[in-house]
Parts: sequence; C-alpha cells; structure tokens
Amino acid sequence: MLELIVISTLNGVLFGMLLFLLSSGLTIIFSMLGVLNFAHASFYMLGAFFGFQLTRWIGFWPALIIAPLLVGAIGMAVERYGLRNTHKHGHVAELLLTFGLAYIIEEIVQLIWGKGPMDYRVPAILDFPAFTIFSTNYPAYKMFMLLISVAIFIGLLVVLKRTRVGLIVQAALTHPHMVGHLGHNVGQVFMLVFGVGTALAAIAGVIAGPALVTQSDMAMLLGPILFVVVVVGGLGSLSGAFIASLLIGLVQTFAVSMNGSLASLFGPLDPSIGPSLLTDVWNVTIAQIAPIIPYLLLVLILIVRPMGLMGTRET
Amino acid sequence: MLEVEDLHAYYGKSHILQGVNMHIDAGEVVSLLGRNGVGRSTTVKAIMGEVAPHGVIRFKGQDIAGLPSYRIARLGLGYVPENRDIFPGLTVRQNLLLGIKDVRKPGRWKLDDMLEMFPNLKARADTAAGVLSGGEKQMLTTCRTLMGDPELIMIDEPTEGLAPLIVQQVGELISRIAAAGVAILLVEQKLSIALKISHRVYIMGHGRIVFEGTPAELKANEAVRKEWLEV
Repeated sequence: MLELIVISTLNGVLFGMLLFLLSSGLTIIFSMLGVLNFAHASFYMLGAFFGFQLTRWIGFWPALIIAPLLVGAIGMAVERYGLRNTHKHGHVAELLLTFGLAYIIEEIVQLIWGKGPMDYRVPAILDFPAFTIFSTNYPAYKMFMLLISVAIFIGLLVVLKRTRVGLIVQAALTHPHMVGHLGHNVGQVFMLVFGVGTALAAIAGVIAGPALVTQSDMAMLLGPILFVVVVVGGLGSLSGAFIASLLIGLVQTFAVSMNGSLASLFGPLDPSIGPSLLTDVWNVTIAQIAPIIPYLLLVLILIVRPMGLMGTRET
Repeated sequence: MLEVEDLHAYYGKSHILQGVNMHIDAGEVVSLLGRNGVGRSTTVKAIMGEVAPHGVIRFKGQDIAGLPSYRIARLGLGYVPENRDIFPGLTVRQNLLLGIKDVRKPGRWKLDDMLEMFPNLKARADTAAGVLSGGEKQMLTTCRTLMGDPELIMIDEPTEGLAPLIVQQVGELISRIAAAGVAILLVEQKLSIALKISHRVYIMGHGRIVFEGTPAELKANEAVRKEWLEV
C-alpha cells in the first residue's frame, strides 16, 4: 500500500508538472487574447514529433533545444499572421481559427508520420533505474522529466516576476492599452508570449514523447484535460494552473491505480437481488471511472465556483 | 508642437467628434474644458489612436493619425487616461519603472525624485498599487507617464472624484511638470485649477471647439461660461 502511494505520488506529480508545462502557456495566452487556444495541445504534439525526428537525425539533446525553438517560431507566426488579423472580427473567429488549426496540424502529422505510434525511445544515457523503492524500479528518465519541468517552472516564475519583460507581460495581461500608451509594443509582447507558450508545450512534447506514446492522436487525447486544468485553476491564473495541474495529475494517477469499488467497501450485494443496474454500479472500480473524474471536477467547479480555484473573473 | 485639424471620430454610428481644431505649442499649458459627454476624452483618445481618428493630427511636424499608440508614445507624447489605469498587481515601484520606454536612455524624471516628491508613494513603494487611494493612483499614473520623459503630456480628468486637498496636490504636480518645460494638455471640468495654471483654454461643445482664449478672456466672457460650462 505504501509502495503504491509513493509511486503514484511521484507519477502524479510528474504528470501534473507536464500538464503545467502545457497549461501555463495556455492560461497566459488566454489572459492576453481572451480566447482559449484550441490548438495548444497540437503544439505539444508537434514538439513530440519534431523531437522524435530530430532525435533520429541529430540526437536527443540537440532535439530538446531545437524542436521547441521550431515550434515556438510556428506559434509566433500563427499569432502574427493568423490571430492578430482575426482579432478584429471577435473572439468567435479567433476560436474557430485555433480549432481549425488543431485539425490541420493533426492531418499534417498523419500525412508525414502516419497514424501509428513512433519508435521514440528514452535516450540511452537516461535508460536506467534511478532508484528502487520496495520492489519497484523508478526510471531515471522520469526523474529527468520531473527535473526539467521543475526547472522550467522556476525559470518562468523568475522571468515573470523579476525581469522587465516579465513586468510588461504582467501589466499587459490586465491593461494592454495602457501598456501601449507607455510606449511598449504590446503586439510584439503578445507574439513573444505566444511563441514562449507554444515552445513550452513543445518541450513537454519532446520529453513526454518517449515516456508516453508519440502518435497523431496525442493532441486530441490531452487537449480536453488541459481545458479542465485551466478552467479548474481559474482562466488566466498561473498559480491556479499550477495547483490544478498537480491536483489533476495526482487524482488521475491515484484513480487508475485503485481497484476499490462500492462492493469492496461494503461487501458484495445479496446474490438474491440478481443482476441489475445496481449491481453494475456496485462493482465499478475507481480505476474504471478514472477518465471521468477530471470532467466531473470541471462540471462541479463551473457550478460551484465558476471563476476557478484561483481565478478572478467569471468564465 | 501638436496640431489637430478637422478631427472626426465615431463610436459605432454616433458621430462624437465633428471637426475639432486645436494646437499646443512647446512648453504651453492648455486646458480642454466642457461638460460631460461633449467629446473631450474622445479627443485625447483619438490623438492616441485608442479611438480611430479621421482628420489630421501632427506631433512635432509628423503625421501621427492612426499610428499604433506605442509609436505615438515613443515620439514623446504622454497620456494619462481618466480611469487611472494603474497595474494593480504590480508594486508602486514596478508601475513607475514600466513608465520608462528605453532603459538605455534615462529621461529627466528619476524614480527616486518621484518618490521624494510624494511621501505617500515612497512609503508604499513596494506594496501592490491596487491598494492606493484615488489621489495616490492619480499621482502614480501621472508620475509613471513622466518616467517616459514626454515632451507633451495629456492628462484626462486628474481631479475627478478627489477631495479638495488632494485636488490641490494634483494642481501642484501639474505646475511642477509645466515648470520642467513639458507642454500639458489638461482635460478638466473644474474651472479653478484649469484657469489658475493654463496659458490658454479651449471649450468643447457638441463635438467641436466652441471657444478659444486665455483664462482671463474666459473669466470675462460670462455668456460663454453660461452656455457651455455651467450646469
């Protein structure tokens, strides 16, 4: 039991930090544009595929740097030539643009790499067990993923809170016009933020690719969870995104490893009742409902606290 | 320094500015007066490009109508909006630092001088600006714009909703800006402060300028005051 808790906590925090790499960019972009970027998870997928391809050509470590730079550049181009021109037509147009973009990216990825999973492997240098708890070997690569995520989290905080660019970004989140009146090029700041946000998603893709499955449906699988994180944390709140990422990472990981059901808690139903809907519900395990839990949380939060855990505005 | 010719502006279908003509010379203090809703704020917003301008706006000889506001600001035109747009999550010091356009080119106003001028701001230099009082916010936004070293500063309704004592402090700040050689366009409703410090005044009515003259001329002209200013 203790083993399960320790391993699940580690995995949960790791998944949570990966979610944060994605949701931090998404929530900041939301604050600035006022629109959820539906294609955000697609940039994560691009990161994974670019990482896979570049690893083949030039190795994992250069790929870890170059793939996010490439994806960031694509992100900046999308902001500059796509979203900025659509902005004047309102949020619906922007939303539809990102929606279309998500499908375009998925189709292009399928055209180039096909639908099957890629043979994207953990680099040999990190392919060993970091430590053994009880009887489980914990892979070094997962510790590496955790380390990268935490380092980026700290880096992001330092840049936002301590640098001039960070201050301009913070100010532009709430008062873009005033920032412009003070002589700062807000458009450029937005483009930069979009680039950094998508590059962060790509980093998550490069490092998650070998651990999870690099496949053309990975964006569609992760995308909805990201929206849950951002809404639960509070749209536009970085600290909220952090808390919600960890929360959902942990909840998801623990839920899938638990086999508890009402039957195991209260004992089996009297067999004389016979098979019915009730016996079905009685025997469902937590692991079986694990995929629903984040969305349940989403619905609950929207009903109880629409601005999210740390948000300041209504959604 | 600033010339506005036949400026029109619209909010949706309503024609707010209907041909505004005005000019401000270097180092001059000019007030733009008038009742609520006659288009004074819209005039400044149109100059800054926040409302789409139709007409000629020249600053230091350059046509700035419709430029992005950051480029207008970089030419040396400062703007303090009436809603006192401070950045509430940032500290007073950070707010002031964001007024600097280019850290490599220090202007005539220094952060420490600003804080010396206003003991209230100095005492709260490292607290979030969101907790300041209305008067302190006004001082902060004005000082923040000054940090960008403008040659002309447009201040929209600086005394609105402030207690008489604070209004006096705002008046002193504006006099100090003028003494430093910065031209000022003051948008106001209160006559007292405007008449005391202005070289010239414009009065707006129905989207155009209806009177131009010195404060003394306005004081003498009871008919204009009755028709366009007094309620």
